[in-house]
Amino acid sequence: MPPSWVVGNPTVRWEAMARPKTPLLWFLFSMGGTVAAFLIPVHLFLFGLALPLGWIQGPSQASLLGLVRHPLVRLYLFVLISLPLFHWAHRFRYTLYDGLKLKHLTELIAVLCYGSALAGAAVAAYTLWSAP
Amino acid sequence: MDTGAHYTLYHPKWYRRPVSVWWWLESWPYTQFVLRELTSLAVAYFALLTLWQAYAIRRGPEAYARFLARLASPLFIVFDVIAFFFVLFHSFTWFNLTPKAMVVRVRGKRVRDSVIIGVNYVAWAVISITLAWILLRGGG
Repeated sequence: MPPSWVVGNPTVRWEAMARPKTPLLWFLFSMGGTVAAFLIPVHLFLFGLALPLGWIQGPSQASLLGLVRHPLVRLYLFVLISLPLFHWAHRFRYTLYDGLKLKHLTELIAVLCYGSALAGAAVAAYTLWSAP
Repeated sequence: MDTGAHYTLYHPKWYRRPVSVWWWLESWPYTQFVLRELTSLAVAYFALLTLWQAYAIRRGPEAYARFLARLASPLFIVFDVIAFFFVLFHSFTWFNLTPKAMVVRVRGKRVRDSVIIGVNYVAWAVISITLAWILLRGGG
């Protein structure tokens, strides 16, 4: 016998299908995607390319430490590191399912992806809020 | 008369064409889709790089100098160039999909898709310039 929503009216059926099973993970994915889209290119360009290639003179360690000590900058860096990690976890999970046809490993992949993101976020929190 | 028909007790399995692991190379839209999905790897790479940088800053001047030297190695330059193009691709696709993800109404009228996308790009430019200014102000 099919689930009750299949035989019910079409509207109910559509709502049941469209509602994400895990709203929190979807929320983290979209917030992380937005943070990544707006903030990552400029950060990566400055610290990953312009600075190592000598196009710009970067800030000294002392001035960066001064910045990182500010509570708002700590929060900013935590957001900049953790949310994109959850964005990765969610998207990469489906990349593995569809791209490599690993649908049969659903649980394992989900645990590994979200677990890594959670671990990364924990290490980031510890790094940013431990020491002085 | 024998019709040649065979009846079985069980429901037949429909034939399904087996799909290759390389299905996404069959057409450009599929390839674009997979490239977009792969941007997540560049995003994760950046997150780890930034975590490493924060760690080096906290450890002191020598640790930070080692971090900068490592970042200037050819391997990391190559990684960063590739990652940079992927995160740009992520930004473009993300902004262009925004109107599909949310409908904005002003005084009951739906805001045109091109306007929503345009606002995203302007905000992106303002945020990028502001961040670059803050980071480079302390330079020298």
